[in-house]
Amino acid sequence: MNRPIQPTYTLDKVGEENFALNLGPQHPGTHGVLRVVLHMDGEYILQADPVLGYGHRMQEKIAENMTYPQALPYVCRMDYLGALSYNLAWVLAVEKLCQFEVPERAEAIRVIATELNRISSHLLWWGAFLLDLGGFTPFLQALTDREQILDLLEEITGSRLTYCYFRFGGLPSDVDEEWLTRVLAFIKEFRDRLPRYHDLVTGNVIFHHRSKDVGVILPFDAAGYGLSGPILRGSGIEFDVRKHEPYSGYDRYDFEVPVDQNGDCLGRYNVRMAEIEQSLRIIEQAIGSIPDGPVRSKVPKLIKAPAGEVAMAVETPRGQLVIYIVSDGSKKPYRVKYRVPSFANLSIFAKMARGQLLADALAILGSLDMVIPEVDR
Amino acid sequence: MMDCCYIKEVVKGFFSLCTGMRVTMGNVFTRPATIQWPRKAAPLPDRFRGHIMMLANDKTGFPKCIACTSCARNCPSRCITVTGKKPEGAKKKVADRFELDFTKCSLCGLCVEICPVGALDFSRDYAMASYTRNDFAAMDLLQGLGSPFKDA
Amino acid sequence: MNISLLGIVGYLVGIAALVGLNAVILVWLERKVAGHMQFRLGPMEVGPHGILQTLADGIKLVSKQLVIPDEADKPLFLLAPIVSLVPIFAAMVPLPFSETVQAWELNIGLLLIIALGLLNTLGILLAGWGSNNKYALLGGARAVAQILAYKIPLLICVMTIIMMTGSFSLRDIAIAQKDTWNVLYQPILFIVYIITVTLETNRSPFDFSEAESELVAGFHTEYSGMGFSLFFLAEYSYMFIAAGLATVLFLGGWHGPWLPGVAWTLIKIYSIIFLMMWFRWTFPRVRIDQMLSFGWKILLPLSLINFIITAGVLAL
Ligand code: SF4
Ligand code: SF4
Repeated sequence: MNRPIQPTYTLDKVGEENFALNLGPQHPGTHGVLRVVLHMDGEYILQADPVLGYGHRMQEKIAENMTYPQALPYVCRMDYLGALSYNLAWVLAVEKLCQFEVPERAEAIRVIATELNRISSHLLWWGAFLLDLGGFTPFLQALTDREQILDLLEEITGSRLTYCYFRFGGLPSDVDEEWLTRVLAFIKEFRDRLPRYHDLVTGNVIFHHRSKDVGVILPFDAAGYGLSGPILRGSGIEFDVRKHEPYSGYDRYDFEVPVDQNGDCLGRYNVRMAEIEQSLRIIEQAIGSIPDGPVRSKVPKLIKAPAGEVAMAVETPRGQLVIYIVSDGSKKPYRVKYRVPSFANLSIFAKMARGQLLADALAILGSLDMVIPEVDR
Repeated sequence: MMDCCYIKEVVKGFFSLCTGMRVTMGNVFTRPATIQWPRKAAPLPDRFRGHIMMLANDKTGFPKCIACTSCARNCPSRCITVTGKKPEGAKKKVADRFELDFTKCSLCGLCVEICPVGALDFSRDYAMASYTRNDFAAMDLLQGLGSPFKDA
Repeated sequence: MNISLLGIVGYLVGIAALVGLNAVILVWLERKVAGHMQFRLGPMEVGPHGILQTLADGIKLVSKQLVIPDEADKPLFLLAPIVSLVPIFAAMVPLPFSETVQAWELNIGLLLIIALGLLNTLGILLAGWGSNNKYALLGGARAVAQILAYKIPLLICVMTIIMMTGSFSLRDIAIAQKDTWNVLYQPILFIVYIITVTLETNRSPFDFSEAESELVAGFHTEYSGMGFSLFFLAEYSYMFIAAGLATVLFLGGWHGPWLPGVAWTLIKIYSIIFLMMWFRWTFPRVRIDQMLSFGWKILLPLSLINFIITAGVLAL
């Protein structure tokens, strides 16, 4: 279906037969305030220029003007769907900088909570992707299961979306046995429900036609554009921070990094679906081997990080997040830099959208799993 | 075009659609996941983080707060205003003004954690609505609590 | 034929009542079906189980300001919803609800309905063009682009039935199925017909001209208030007509045991509408070029082969 890319296309041709279409910032298909200026020839896209920054909040500067604990709640608001991963990244980065110890029980609980969060994020993506393809019911089917995860997380963190649960040196409060058994019960129930997801969507012939061979990313491009997360793995490159630079005790658990060689929307879809199952496995193992003990080590109340710099990489549901902190020894960071996965992942969209149908471009955008506030920061 | 594989694919596709329809029909017969709020409400977990509220001292009924201002200083959104005075004869100060700018509060809970005397807690009040944001710009958290300064 | 003025007015009032009532019921039904398929309850507040919700929404829509975009082609913009809606009043005329309940028995009723069905697309095109909005224009263009892909298989379906019955009159077709319904002879044709009318009524999985996630709201992006509700009304009325046609062509019209004819007709019509809603709340949207190739490569050959086989069997 794809037209050959027309490299000679220039903007001044607009107005003859081609036209510019403003996709967003208020468009149901862009999942947030992303604007893409599409230059179209009928239904075909000649060129796509993403316009970013509608939700720019100067997150890095805010963090530089806050003490380390104060910046915590802000970090979690970048990627509101995978807040705990961000929370974890910031906490880990500061812990690495100040060399705080973290009790093993806290590490295990962190893993459980983050993986639950990952599943909930993937579920929402699943629904939203199908919404992009025009299916309504999957969205709410995913939400019903996600709701149970939110209930579980709400119970330990107190909030439902922008969780801020991890603290330097551990956790503010422990979880009880009952919660852990309820997580296990949820896993069992969710495993029973997973086939419905595949029945409703994965096997569906319409879905297959909409996603197979659509938006192919070659491994070379995937690496070149700095993609990460399920998108990179959907292009056949096996890279997962949890596996390759384990943190928070991920090396203790046995899990696979799902990879798909096709690099199309379906490949990314399959990777995410497999990742949900791997996350379930990780949670099971973490609960099975959770040690007793304290959940918070002694850390000073006023945190003054020693001068130096630190970079911490974490695998969020969307890919590799790196938090880079330069400290000058005061209670505020001197420089903070976030390397967010969505931003890098979006960068390839312009290339992929070229020569595609409008419908396909939205499928591609959906399969990239954007969180726009994270892109804009 | 009309080879056997093609027809097989069409038939297979047709059945995959039927499977999907079976799932949605199954959904009809499962219990709805929604709750008819406000007639019924979902249970709130213990750690629910609503807006913050001031706790009263069990004995005196006065606010527990000793006006140390560490919550105000640690709040990332700088939305707490607190002042206090020493009531006559007392050793410690008691807050006479504690205002929360709820329009800015990010419900992070740092103030609750930092308070040295545990004077703050999360309220379980979530259904708050108003026609003007000013109603939440300066929420007086001392309301309803006793105060040693009332008569003055 | 002697038609009195009073009769015409009577028909018009009756059909208008039917259209309105049908829309009220269908909108409610659609939301209920959607709700229950998505673990929700749908509207619950206005009236028992929210049955009056549509009325409340209707009042809200009617009382809203009619916003006409500055750059819009005003006459076309205003005309489009009307062009969509008015043919329905005519198309309902030859639809038989029972042996006796029928607005007007026409010997070419079938043709009338099919011809008027095309006007819906004209309404969509006018709306798309008149709004002067690129999304709306794309929606309108899509609606036109797909016409042939579904109209031809649809016509062949209808032709097959006409061939079997030997009449263009819907009443005769229904009467001819007194003993066995056509669907038993022509199951494949029935499926083809259902697919094509889903296309014709612009319903998911073929809702290209609306295509929410792609075109915002497609041809009615710029419409609000009354204009929007007229399109809504038109959509549900077309569904009713399409289902009514399916009932007469395949499901034996008003024939059925125990219950009176009108009841049977309505039961059948609403079952088919339910089926179309079921589609909508299950499937993702097909891509437009895939739909075109589906229309030409699967529906057309399928209905043609069926046509030829039927002709052969009838000739024997
Ligand atoms: S919850 Fe956070 S933002 Fe709100 S008042 Fe307390 S410290 Fe400030
Ligand atoms: S930290 Fe506690 S005691 Fe200090 S001012 Fe705040 S509420 Fe009062």
